Amino acid sequence: MRRKINLYKNIDWLTITIYLVLVLMGWFNIYAAVYNEEYNSIFDLSQKYGKQMIWIIAAIVIIVVIMLIESRFYAFFANPLYFIMLGLLITVLLFGTEVNGARSWFAIGSFRFQPGEFAKFATALALARLLSSHNFKIHEFKNILIIGALIFVPAGFILLQNDTGSALVYASFIIVLFREGLSAAFVLLGVYAALLFILALTIPLIYILILIFLVSAVVAFIYFHDRRDVIKGVFGFLLIIGLIFLANLLFFDFSIIIVLLAAAVVFSVILIIRAVVFKYRFLFAIVGITFGALSFTYFTDYFFENVLEEHQKSRINHLLGIESDPLGAGYNVNQSKIAIGSGGLSGKGFLQGTQTKYDFVPEQSTDFIFCTVGEEWGFVGTTLVIVLFVVLLLRLIFLAERQRSSFSRIYGYAVVSILFFHIIVNIGMTIGLAPVIGIPLPFFSYGGSSLWAFTALLFVFLRLDASRLELLR
Amino acid sequence: MESNLPNNRRIVIIGIILLIAVIYITKLFTLQVVDNKYKTSASSNVLRYVTQYPVRGLIYDRNNKLMVYNEAAYDLMVIQKQLDAFDTADFCKILDIDKDFLIESLKDAKIYSRYKPSVLIKQISAKTYAILQEQMYKFPGFFTQTRTLRKYPDSIAAHVLGYVGEVNEKNIEKEKYYKSGDYIGASGIEKSYEKYLRGEKGVNVFMVDVHNRIKGSYDEGRIDREAVPGKNISLTIDAELQKYGEKLMGKKKGSIVAIEPSTGEILCMITAPTYNPGLLSGRPRAKNFRKLQIDTLKPLFNRALQAQYPPGSTFKPMTALIGLQTGVVKPTTKYGCQYGYHVGNFSLGCHGHPSPLNLIESIQHSCNAYYCHVYRNILDYSSDAGIVANYTKWRELVMSFGYGKLLEIDFPFELKGLVPPASYFEKLYGNGWNSLMNVSMAIGQGELLVTPLQMANFSATIANRGYYYTPHLVKDIQGDDEIAPKYTVKRYTKVDSQYFEPVVQGMYDVVQGGPGSTARNARVDSLDICGKTGTAENPHGENHSIFIAFAPKDNPKIAISVYVENAGYGTTYAAPIASFMIEKYLTGKVKRKWYENYIMNANLLNVEKKD
Ligand SMILES: [Zn+2]
Repeated sequence: MRRKINLYKNIDWLTITIYLVLVLMGWFNIYAAVYNEEYNSIFDLSQKYGKQMIWIIAAIVIIVVIMLIESRFYAFFANPLYFIMLGLLITVLLFGTEVNGARSWFAIGSFRFQPGEFAKFATALALARLLSSHNFKIHEFKNILIIGALIFVPAGFILLQNDTGSALVYASFIIVLFREGLSAAFVLLGVYAALLFILALTIPLIYILILIFLVSAVVAFIYFHDRRDVIKGVFGFLLIIGLIFLANLLFFDFSIIIVLLAAAVVFSVILIIRAVVFKYRFLFAIVGITFGALSFTYFTDYFFENVLEEHQKSRINHLLGIESDPLGAGYNVNQSKIAIGSGGLSGKGFLQGTQTKYDFVPEQSTDFIFCTVGEEWGFVGTTLVIVLFVVLLLRLIFLAERQRSSFSRIYGYAVVSILFFHIIVNIGMTIGLAPVIGIPLPFFSYGGSSLWAFTALLFVFLRLDASRLELLR
Repeated sequence: MESNLPNNRRIVIIGIILLIAVIYITKLFTLQVVDNKYKTSASSNVLRYVTQYPVRGLIYDRNNKLMVYNEAAYDLMVIQKQLDAFDTADFCKILDIDKDFLIESLKDAKIYSRYKPSVLIKQISAKTYAILQEQMYKFPGFFTQTRTLRKYPDSIAAHVLGYVGEVNEKNIEKEKYYKSGDYIGASGIEKSYEKYLRGEKGVNVFMVDVHNRIKGSYDEGRIDREAVPGKNISLTIDAELQKYGEKLMGKKKGSIVAIEPSTGEILCMITAPTYNPGLLSGRPRAKNFRKLQIDTLKPLFNRALQAQYPPGSTFKPMTALIGLQTGVVKPTTKYGCQYGYHVGNFSLGCHGHPSPLNLIESIQHSCNAYYCHVYRNILDYSSDAGIVANYTKWRELVMSFGYGKLLEIDFPFELKGLVPPASYFEKLYGNGWNSLMNVSMAIGQGELLVTPLQMANFSATIANRGYYYTPHLVKDIQGDDEIAPKYTVKRYTKVDSQYFEPVVQGMYDVVQGGPGSTARNARVDSLDICGKTGTAENPHGENHSIFIAFAPKDNPKIAISVYVENAGYGTTYAAPIASFMIEKYLTGKVKRKWYENYIMNANLLNVEKKD
């Protein structure tokens, strides 16, 4: 059963207000960031601020178009859109234009367009479509593989375009999956992996080995029926380490890491034999987790040394505090912190910032636009922006939860995830709390592609929300 | 899903969002309100970022002789926003400029930016700099910046070294490193090795008060960055030889390229006419550049890499080699010649020489008829597949010597010459194409075009009996142990090495043979020079004189190509020039002084038209 709804009445005006406030604040801050006295009109089309105005007007057109389209359309065309987007990603990889080392742009004349920005939107729709399909069980092995492919294929293409930042955004869909009931174990596994990734790059291998063994022991301790068995197991393991260590001391001269690994192998063999004999499958899981973690650590190390490019390495290194070299990769972050810090409590005032204007903050109108907020509007301004974003995110969660269709709810959470990731990484990198991976601040940063993509992302959800009463289930 | 689970999870998600917001706001509070480290009150203290320009790497020749060094220069900079009333008369007096010029320049700088430093006057003298430095406090908004100028002790090898110019919009767009006003290698080695030569810019951050006085380093210099000096580069060029060659070609148009066959190292790369590289360094560059640009002798044109000439008879060894490889001719094969090659109405003339000749003698006497026979045999009989296939095979063999394609040397703006594909002739002659129609290809005329570099490489390939190394100009980069692997690979031609011996013998006889040999004047006792003359017909004027050579015959040390425009026969100028170059390189001096003088002083610059 369907009924006609009144769009004007049903649309969420609070979200729209926040959206408009953010877009306008963004525009004014772009104006301030690249202010040029010779072309001092904010409407000057030869300057970035003039162009941003065009992008904003175009975004409003996009909003109108989205509102005019039937809400059913989005669920219906989610999959075709997804595949069209994949096609575009392949095309841009082959025929795209390189800008700042990332082959992710189509250039037609002076007009540039980045299909990767829209890939997030299409993936969000397709994910919502998949998870909301009838009788879909998130924990079936086959389904986990499908979800993984749906998310990681576009992310992979974007990674190939050399746009690491945009590819990492896809990790944020874990929030959607978490909300939709993905087992907490998976999420914890993800956190464990992230932790190992960071530790593999920061601390010596020996500590990581010890940590992995400890985690396995704790897991065993939590899940085993008989905890005395676990304690026996731990002592058994220590005994094996001791024996091998002694043997090594007497006969060989391997490193302590080899000794520990050898002990782990010996101990695992014993566990597996016991598992087979006593038909206790959980022992397999323990062995699996342990060796999974070991190989993941090794893989991380390999990936870091052999796959990542030098500048990506140094950025990660800097973030992890390995390279506390302010002359190197941290330079930009330092500049950015100075700009923000110099704003003080209430800022220097509109157009009065000097740090950003002197060109000492990189990408001051795109990735580092938050610096201008910090410098000219001070702590008051930065807090206001963060509060606005938080209110927006919470409002979207509220809206998502009131949906009757699971498609709309899941899509709503996808919007939240993407926005959340962009916001924490973008703002985080300007204040030294996140790696400098160069992704825009939603609605704020200069650029047509990103503004339109975020606008489409958000307003499709608002369109779905406005029609939430149409569909009765 | 209306269970309790999602509800809890929603709270977890909201919790995470709020937690991160609190962390960020706390961090911002510390950064903006608590921590005083980042405060620079906008009204009283201004940060000045002074770029530290790295010293550009020096360039040496193969024997560590300095070819390019640096000299300090000072730019006067201005930041519009920091300008204050100042005594313009005093200012103009110190700088020795007039007031209108100052006003104009300030206007220009303003258009560039009000906030960023821009160059007001480039390269003020060291003396002015010293005076200005003392009086700087009177002129808020101005400051000086030191950078370096390129200097050339010998004023040679302008085209090899290239020049350094200011970056343009494109450079800036392409690479963020460059800022307006920076310098970048614009041609030659300066361009192709820019990454090594330029080093890395550094920055010093100072706090400056309203009176333009430096109050000290900002944040105790913690965010300063030292400039990393550029790396020095050793070229494969022999500066002595280069200088000598430029002298020989001083009053001529053309090019000399010499290569060490055993490495592919370019020993000299001469383009004539050339210019003094110092002209394109520093303040007068723009003016001089325009002057050189409108010069009718085109001194900016790098003939060695970009002039595409017909190879003339220097191509005959190629025809011989391909004939041997495809089996249509043997070293003993003889053909007669009655002042040319005559078939029906077709006639291609030759000069008087003994007849008939075998392959070796045909090179020695440079017989046109012989090569018409060989070429037609290749196209008609090398296989049954027909002329298109046979020509295509021929082209493939020619291109395996580096003709008709880029050699990919470590140098910008190389051109690839022309060896037309079969489709070209199919289109030109239609179905009736037969081997007679483009038989002039046999003797290096017709559509064939090659560059002097390719000819030198061809000579080096014969010297090596069948392979070459990609020619290159850089021998060593400071701090870089190995030369790029692409320069250490033997690139074999598609002609087997056994076929080279008779051709080498022929080229030996060209110089060392009895009467009738075409280049006996290139003979230097005990140097065993092998060579081949060429004369390219020039429809626009006097013929071009060409010579390729290598020496000694066994274990060759140098291979060379000489191209002299409008100089008549290959024997007349190109052959002696090549022999002087070889003699100079191998023995250090040239014995035949009177001959050397005669050739050196011959002025061929304005011989455009035949009489
Ligand atoms: Zn003849």
